[in-house]
Amino acid sequence: MKPPLSDPEMAAAATGIVPSIAGRLTLMLTLVLTIAATGTIIAAYAYGRTAATRAFDRLLTGAALQISERISVVEGETVVDIPLSAFGLLSLASEDRIFYRVLDPVGATLTGDEAFPLPDEVRAGDAQMLYDAEFSGEPVRAILMRRFLAERSVRGPVTVIVAQTLRARGELAREIVARAVIGVVIAGFLTLVLAVLALRLALSPLDKIERAILARDPKDLTPLSTDTPREVAALVAAINRFMARLDRRVGAMQNFVADAAHQMRTPITALRAQTELAMEEEDPRRLRVLQRRIRDRAMGVSRLTDQLLSHALITHRADSATLERIDLRRVAMEAEREARRTGGASRIDLDLPSDPVFVTGDAFSLREAARNLINNAVAHGVPPIMLRVSADLEAGTASVTVHDHGPGMDADRIARIGQRFVRTATDPRSAGLGLAIVAEVAQFHQGSITTGSDSGGRFTISILLPLDADQSDGSDADDQPREETVVVFPTQPSQQGTGN
Amino acid sequence: MAHRSTATHSVATTIALALAVAFGALTGGAGAATETRFAARADDPRTLVIASVTDLDFMRPLIAAFQRQHPDIAVTYVEDTSNNLDAAVTTACNGGRFIADLVISSSIAQQVRLVNNGCASPVQSAIVETLPDWARWRGELFGLTYEPAVMVYNKQAFAGQEPPKSRFDLIDMMRQTGRLDGRIATYDIEQSGVGYLFAFQDAAEASTWGRLMEGFGRNNVRTFCCSGDVIDLVASGEALIGYNVLGSYALARALKDPRIGVVLPSDYTLVLARAGFVPKPARDPLAARAFLELLLSADGRAILNGDTRLLTSLSGPSALAAINEGEDTAFRPIPLSPALLVSLDRAKRSRFLSQWRKSVIPPNP
Repeated sequence: MKPPLSDPEMAAAATGIVPSIAGRLTLMLTLVLTIAATGTIIAAYAYGRTAATRAFDRLLTGAALQISERISVVEGETVVDIPLSAFGLLSLASEDRIFYRVLDPVGATLTGDEAFPLPDEVRAGDAQMLYDAEFSGEPVRAILMRRFLAERSVRGPVTVIVAQTLRARGELAREIVARAVIGVVIAGFLTLVLAVLALRLALSPLDKIERAILARDPKDLTPLSTDTPREVAALVAAINRFMARLDRRVGAMQNFVADAAHQMRTPITALRAQTELAMEEEDPRRLRVLQRRIRDRAMGVSRLTDQLLSHALITHRADSATLERIDLRRVAMEAEREARRTGGASRIDLDLPSDPVFVTGDAFSLREAARNLINNAVAHGVPPIMLRVSADLEAGTASVTVHDHGPGMDADRIARIGQRFVRTATDPRSAGLGLAIVAEVAQFHQGSITTGSDSGGRFTISILLPLDADQSDGSDADDQPREETVVVFPTQPSQQGTGN
Repeated sequence: MAHRSTATHSVATTIALALAVAFGALTGGAGAATETRFAARADDPRTLVIASVTDLDFMRPLIAAFQRQHPDIAVTYVEDTSNNLDAAVTTACNGGRFIADLVISSSIAQQVRLVNNGCASPVQSAIVETLPDWARWRGELFGLTYEPAVMVYNKQAFAGQEPPKSRFDLIDMMRQTGRLDGRIATYDIEQSGVGYLFAFQDAAEASTWGRLMEGFGRNNVRTFCCSGDVIDLVASGEALIGYNVLGSYALARALKDPRIGVVLPSDYTLVLARAGFVPKPARDPLAARAFLELLLSADGRAILNGDTRLLTSLSGPSALAAINEGEDTAFRPIPLSPALLVSLDRAKRSRFLSQWRKSVIPPNP
């Protein structure tokens, strides 16, 4: 059985584990330092080799010079007197083997190792030349030095070759590299430690913000007042904006609940009072009037409840619903069906185009908006009522319009579309929420509400929505001919009558 | 002339072996190597072949100690003169052929040359690190002993008077009196590798060498191939002084022979460390290493410090100071280094020897 997750673990599980900024920076720094250190070590190795080669080449040169100085011509013969000091000099590389060879101008070996190799090519002008060779199973470094003899009997260059194995050079190079490596490793490590400390320091404002958020009262939605560095100011500002929005949303919700409670209480109180009156009334005629009033009041309450819930739902969906590609014709058909079933609409004509009208939006919200428009027309307008969907490809808008034969809304009401609880004082059945819902849906779909009258002088009220750029429905072939006629769906006559 | 013991393991063969060795020592003339085999106490033994210029008598206790530690290893000891040995090892090395597992020679310049030519393989052993720097080279060549170049004198001839204590004394004596005429002996440096080495080092060390040669020439110095001959001559009284004799032989002889005395020259005393290396084509380099390790171990050092007076680089200075009866002596160990190659340079050597001949050997009338 798994142990219960602790808070940070739960947070990690919820957000997915991303390496911390400090971790990333440390990793990058380590990488950069490693590359730098490797480069330094390679450079040190090259330098060490060069330095060792130079140092010991000087020994070779010195020894060759000493030997060449001791070449003389005695009684017509070239004589070499190898000085001890030359070998003493070479013995400074104490573990290295030494080879030498002296050749006379003709090329005959005067003394030394006859087999010791000459360089592949010797430029005639050079008095001395250093070269690498291999002798008796080991690589060697050699110098070839020439001294020109100009005696009566001997004339020409005498060649002195001195060579030694590379052990001391290798050791010196290794020593130089080892020191460099130690230095680089220590410096790198110190740099890393200091860098990590600096990182901690630099990232401390983030910790401060984290602590400030964690320490906060859950109900506290005021902006964070922590001083923040420039780099995270945007983040903090975003958090603050989010909290402000949340604050507004919560405030609106609370207002709405308070309003709704108030709005519900009045009609229910009235309903109770009328019921009590009816119980005491004995005159059947007056009783009948009371009963009708009670029924109207009850319908009003029912409608109010319906709209309140619808409004709450839509407000919620505006925040959370995922938008999808929908056909407004389908929305209209469903809204019409729903309006007939729930509210007293007797007959609604549907006017739908033959091509689909696609918008991006939330089907439920749009259906609620359409239903509210219909209900509004049923409640306040004059039948026959028509629901129409149209697309204006040029303007890029789609519209859902309700036509009725009533006088329409006065200017004052039109101006107040969108406000809640704007109702006709004389009509107990009006909840005053219908147009508020429509306005809210239009707003959250980046649309608008327009009112007007059509060519037949009928009052119209429409929701205008941005049309999807792509209107092909993607499934059926476009070349299929469509009927351009307006389809009117006859509906059943209302059983309850129009009431109003 | 070679003597090979086809030994099994019994006391009888050991005795036979000793006899064979004695015979070999008696008859082994110049130009012939003497080979002696010390059987192992095991069937199918390993064999360690040591090629050396050291008299077997000096090595015998070491070989015995070695076989006590390693009873499964037979030892073949090949003894030859330094030049013969050098030539044989050089040939074998050039041809990549086996000649010995361990080559030990007092002719250290030649040893250095062999190592310089890449004939040796390195010996990985912690114990060689105990040697002073001058007594090892490249981890391949090791100075195993501490043998001074000494003067021997006939005690009877110097009864009641001081023998020469330094080269200056000797030079003065050769100049001032006719006493040493024909009665001073030294190495024939043309024949003896060690004699040549000492002479060459003398020449490099101080300006006394020219005066010494002059004195030798004036006093008709007698020259010999080997230290033993010089000592014999001094012991018999035929010669009064032997110059540049290998100290190990002289000291070992002086222990047994009351007629001779040994002087460590007080101006400076050259010290030679007999050098050994393991040739590359060795058959049993591990046995060779074991033998070197024994030599450098406490046991080995004790044997070297014993009757053979070979001494070691560690014990040498104090042991010699004791012999010299408190006289202050500057010991000059000859370092195993490629600088020794100079003495072997053909041109250098022929010039040095011709100089020697001119000074020492009087033109025959």
